[in-house]
Amino acid sequence: MQALYAQLLVGLINGSFYALLSLGLAVIFGMLNIINFAHGALYMMGAFCAYFLLNLANIGYWPALIIAPVAVGIFGMILERTLLRWLTGLDHLYGLLLTFGLALIIQGIFQNYFGSSGLPYSIPDALKGGANLGFMYLPIYRGWVVVFSLVVCLLTWYLIERTRLGAYLRAATENPTLVRAFGINVPRMITLTYGLGVGLAALAGVLSAPINQVRPQMGADLIIVVFAVVVIGGMGSIMGSIITGFALGVIEGLTKYFYPEASNTVVFVLMVLVLLVKPTGLTGRAN
Amino acid sequence: MADLKMVETAAAKSAAVAAAGTPLLSVENLQAWYGESHILHGISFNVNAGEVVTLLGRNGAGKTTTLKSVMGIIGKRTGSVRFDNQEIIRASSDKIARLGIAICPEERGIFASLDVRENLMLPPVVRSGGLSLDQIFDLFPNLKERLNSQGTKLSGGEQQMLAIARILRTGARFLMLDEPTEGLAPVIIQQIGHTIARLKSEGFTILLVEQNFRFASTVADRYYIVEHGKIIDGFSNSELQANMEKLHTYLGV
Repeated sequence: MQALYAQLLVGLINGSFYALLSLGLAVIFGMLNIINFAHGALYMMGAFCAYFLLNLANIGYWPALIIAPVAVGIFGMILERTLLRWLTGLDHLYGLLLTFGLALIIQGIFQNYFGSSGLPYSIPDALKGGANLGFMYLPIYRGWVVVFSLVVCLLTWYLIERTRLGAYLRAATENPTLVRAFGINVPRMITLTYGLGVGLAALAGVLSAPINQVRPQMGADLIIVVFAVVVIGGMGSIMGSIITGFALGVIEGLTKYFYPEASNTVVFVLMVLVLLVKPTGLTGRAN
Repeated sequence: MADLKMVETAAAKSAAVAAAGTPLLSVENLQAWYGESHILHGISFNVNAGEVVTLLGRNGAGKTTTLKSVMGIIGKRTGSVRFDNQEIIRASSDKIARLGIAICPEERGIFASLDVRENLMLPPVVRSGGLSLDQIFDLFPNLKERLNSQGTKLSGGEQQMLAIARILRTGARFLMLDEPTEGLAPVIIQQIGHTIARLKSEGFTILLVEQNFRFASTVADRYYIVEHGKIIDGFSNSELQANMEKLHTYLGV
């Protein structure tokens, strides 16, 4: 049983990263109509940003949790203003190619300077150690990642589905021209939305640094699964991305326990099944 | 005789303009393009403060494009559009909206992912003097009962009311309504007519696009006829009867 709970926890942690990343992808896709292949590279930049802060400026985990997403978010907004903006109105394919190219360039630069082996980033003191829950041993940091990710996801959901700013965002996803004709600066909103999505990816990167080490390839490995998650969940709904992210992490964890041989492929098998039955994804709307 | 009448009309018109001072909206030689296709070929007209002016014309004449060009949502446009003594031909639509121009588009533009309350509250207040929510519910009692419904679950008439209601909140005093009666039942058309009359009495300026000429004649002060992307004629409501025959020819009714 211990092993089952341990795998469930691993599943929830992976699910946290899937949720944070697919949430950002969904928000970006809604506003910019771009499938952001650079998402994995930006996640990696979040982890590296935390690493630099610690090793170059002696700024620890807690400030990094805010500084890294903001810094990488600003980098994302610069990308949007200088590159992505030119793709407005073009087919999805162009955005996909451009962001894929960006991902390769960013990863290549980091690989050139830092190699492909992992750099260590230690767990902050306050979250070291573990708690014995009776039925299992819970490493505190891992529990923190799951809870904190869930809170951030729900806050993002609230921002988009329940606030005035979120109403602008949803409306602009449907009809940007009309929203702009009401006096709202839609181009600025698009930039901020991209910054928000990228910031969520960078936040996931910081959270993952103490667990998975900091590696230039860390995003490339993860993003493939995240895109499968997005396909399964569908791009249509914010809550859908969150639930699908966590659920698939858990399913992956359970598979590791019950049938480990399939644990790397279960998400893709599910993706194929969903595509056969409901091509728009579980929560997606037909376009 | 006809020529003399035209001259008199023109004189009466310029007298009216002089009396009212500079027009609130003044469009000169407006040209506009959708991609490669040239839609407006030099539109010129004025709207004075407090007037209801209607653009009449057949389908595809350029009426909607004229409204969209004034709003700044047509990509390529040239000529001059002056609003409140400011040139806005090069301004972006969000800037134009902030000057106090609001549009109620032909397709109504109700957002499916927003509920009625969110749709109603969506356009930001651009200046003071907009209607309060109570005043809006007074005009459109139906909306109050359906605040939590999804925007596109409303009936066509309710969606039209919502599309008008949301721009009354913003403080914009110049409203552009694109075929507000299209596809609606007579009783709803009547309600929209009353609303326009009420807005006029409260000092709103309205530029209306209508196919329903009968409806337009109940609310408008003046008419312009649009054909092939140009204004080919114009007259006031008092000259309507005298121009009926011409009008039938223009509109093909």
